[in-house]
Amino acid sequence: MSAAGPSGHPPLGPTLDLGGLIGDRRIRTVVCCGAGGVGKTTTAAALALHAAERGRNVVVLTIDPARRLAQSMGLTELDNTPRRVPGVDQRAGGSLDAMMLDMKRTFDEIVLAHADEARAQAILDNPFYQSLSSSFAGTQEYMAMEKLGQLRAQADRTGQWDLIVVDTPPSRSALDFLDAPKRLGSFLDGRLIKILLAPAKAGGRAYLRVLNTGFSMVTGALTRVLGAQVLKDVQTFVAAFDTLFGGFRERAESTYRLLKAPGTSFLVVAIPERDALREASYFTERLAEEGMPLGGLVLNRVHATDAPEISPERALAAAEQLEATGAHRLTAELLRLHADRERLIARERHLAERFTAAHPKVGVVEVVARPGDVHDLDGLRDLARDLAWGSASDNAPGAADTRR
Amino acid sequence: MSRICFVACTSSGTVAYSQVVMPGAYRRPIGATGPAAITTLRQVTRAMRGSDWEGVRLHVVTGKGGTGKTTVAAALAIALANGGRRTLLVEVEGRQGIAGLFDSPPLPYQERRVALAPDGGEVMALAIDPEAALLEYLELFYRAGRAGKMLDRIGAIDFATTIAPGLRDVLLTGKAYEATNRRQAGVPVYDAVVMDAPPTGRITRFLNVNSEVAGLARVGPIRNQADAIMRLIGSPQTAVHLVTVLEEMPVQETTDGVAQLEAAGLQVGGIVVNMVRTSPLRAREIDAAARGGLDVEQVAAGLTAVGLPEGSARGLLAEARRHALRVQLERAERRSLAGLARPTYELPLVHGGIDLGALYELSARLTAGGAA
Repeated sequence: MSAAGPSGHPPLGPTLDLGGLIGDRRIRTVVCCGAGGVGKTTTAAALALHAAERGRNVVVLTIDPARRLAQSMGLTELDNTPRRVPGVDQRAGGSLDAMMLDMKRTFDEIVLAHADEARAQAILDNPFYQSLSSSFAGTQEYMAMEKLGQLRAQADRTGQWDLIVVDTPPSRSALDFLDAPKRLGSFLDGRLIKILLAPAKAGGRAYLRVLNTGFSMVTGALTRVLGAQVLKDVQTFVAAFDTLFGGFRERAESTYRLLKAPGTSFLVVAIPERDALREASYFTERLAEEGMPLGGLVLNRVHATDAPEISPERALAAAEQLEATGAHRLTAELLRLHADRERLIARERHLAERFTAAHPKVGVVEVVARPGDVHDLDGLRDLARDLAWGSASDNAPGAADTRR
Repeated sequence: MSRICFVACTSSGTVAYSQVVMPGAYRRPIGATGPAAITTLRQVTRAMRGSDWEGVRLHVVTGKGGTGKTTVAAALAIALANGGRRTLLVEVEGRQGIAGLFDSPPLPYQERRVALAPDGGEVMALAIDPEAALLEYLELFYRAGRAGKMLDRIGAIDFATTIAPGLRDVLLTGKAYEATNRRQAGVPVYDAVVMDAPPTGRITRFLNVNSEVAGLARVGPIRNQADAIMRLIGSPQTAVHLVTVLEEMPVQETTDGVAQLEAAGLQVGGIVVNMVRTSPLRAREIDAAARGGLDVEQVAAGLTAVGLPEGSARGLLAEARRHALRVQLERAERRSLAGLARPTYELPLVHGGIDLGALYELSARLTAGGAA
């Protein structure tokens, strides 16, 4: 069984050496991506803790951690500022800071930083801004990227962190994270916004000419449906926001470049289910297209076997045999449980193998399903043992016996 | 008796407002698992007593992502169509989850039949698209055909449905409201509308369209529309069902969601516990297995009796421990859910993905449990 991974099975593909990855000081940013509900936040936190306890100065940006996990990391208030995580083993000289993303506040801060006070206030008070900053699909992704850019700049300036680990928002599609800045940009560049701005701008005459008849019809229709106040709010918003557009695009583009730069590594997180692995596959292909560096696949919640020597067919036959005699009821039940487990594992592996067949060069690390959620640093350390399975130094003999 | 009467009427009537497409080539898959026959005494009693949600016409199904919300909504729509009725299953998040589930091409903004329920009932489905809904709304109330197209062309519709506060939600719930209230020759076109709604974290805000549009429009047509929707959503004709699995975060979100819905004055429906696994072990054995207290010698003897290596006993006990810890956790979560004191329906874990056969099976469970 020496070749087996933490699940007790032979590895799926090339083994992802996560211990080596985070031990490599040239790697300065790790981005955890994947579909919603696959354990991105926990994976990011476990990896960050592992790196910190091996001597790196880490900041982890989480998006929406489970309440108890957040508390255990000292994330009791949502103040958009990284805080030191208590209880981290600092003997190797590392440290761990953590923060939770406050999407609206991050947006507000950008507005405040880019507009004079009166204009900023006008924007912050506008109902359209409030809606855009709190519920526009993609704002969270955009703000996560914005925050990453800010942390990167702060790390470069102060040298307080040498590794940033980022969790990404729980969107349905992993691609949303990469597409959000562009989507927000094209939205803010939309023709309607230009038309609404047109009357206020000398250069808008060309638009007015084209849409002379159309414009009054449009505003007329909008006024009838939404009311005059709404149209005024839109125009105020758009006019006030206009000055920020350039800044927004520039920032989004520079953060996007950062993701392509050496020193960044993406981890795709998935669970052995069809939809999650399909998302992982899309994301892997997209990263390749964009020339962004993929570290590998973290396959969470894989079921493990402890008796791989008994096939499910053999286990079921034996259970039936025992049941026929009426003796050893408990053994029969355990054999049935084992058969169920082996069949589940076979289904999971079948799905995972489709991924590895399509992406044979992508390193994979499997994390065994825990019975419950992770609530504390010890739970994160326990996960990190599986995560760092591929690195020889951490895969000490006997490690398998200590896991749950 | 009145129910039987209006079903007869609606099935022969034509439906206005939105185009209804009835694909003639609909086939019921051969060998699909049909609804389980009513066999047990409990099921017979249930069938006689009827549904827990008599009088509810709009069923809103929410749940944390990954709990199988869309599957449960679809199974409920089938269960409610049972016995010759007609239901409409709507989705509002542009995910085309219903199409995926019924293995059909992406749903257009049109009501289409996706399944037949047992005894001739039918399930229609509609993917509500906010932009199409706004255009339809403009057309209907303002006859704004040209202006509407112009608005669409310059991106105004996109703009309005994307960031106008609450407008998107009013359009989505508004369409569901319209379908629920739609009548043909004096009788409702749909016996029930089932909405595959946004997740638990956003559901209260989504449904509370009144306060949503407060920032947008204090008076005017949108406001009136929101008020009318709110009257339906706040009435006993609407119930919000929450889907969960027996895991910590989904159960926590369910508890929070119930509190938020109640605070907003919305009617909380049932709790659907999805993907429930059963254990062959007895309660006493579960506890022993969890603390590592099962007798290894006894299991080894059993293995020897069938010619298996006795050394495998340790492995089997380790697996039993993983299993037992999970079962114990599920027990604790089940207790939390019981504290909510809502009608609860359990659905089994379906291995190997949900297909139409599995949906029928789950719908039969919902019916047997009293959800429909």
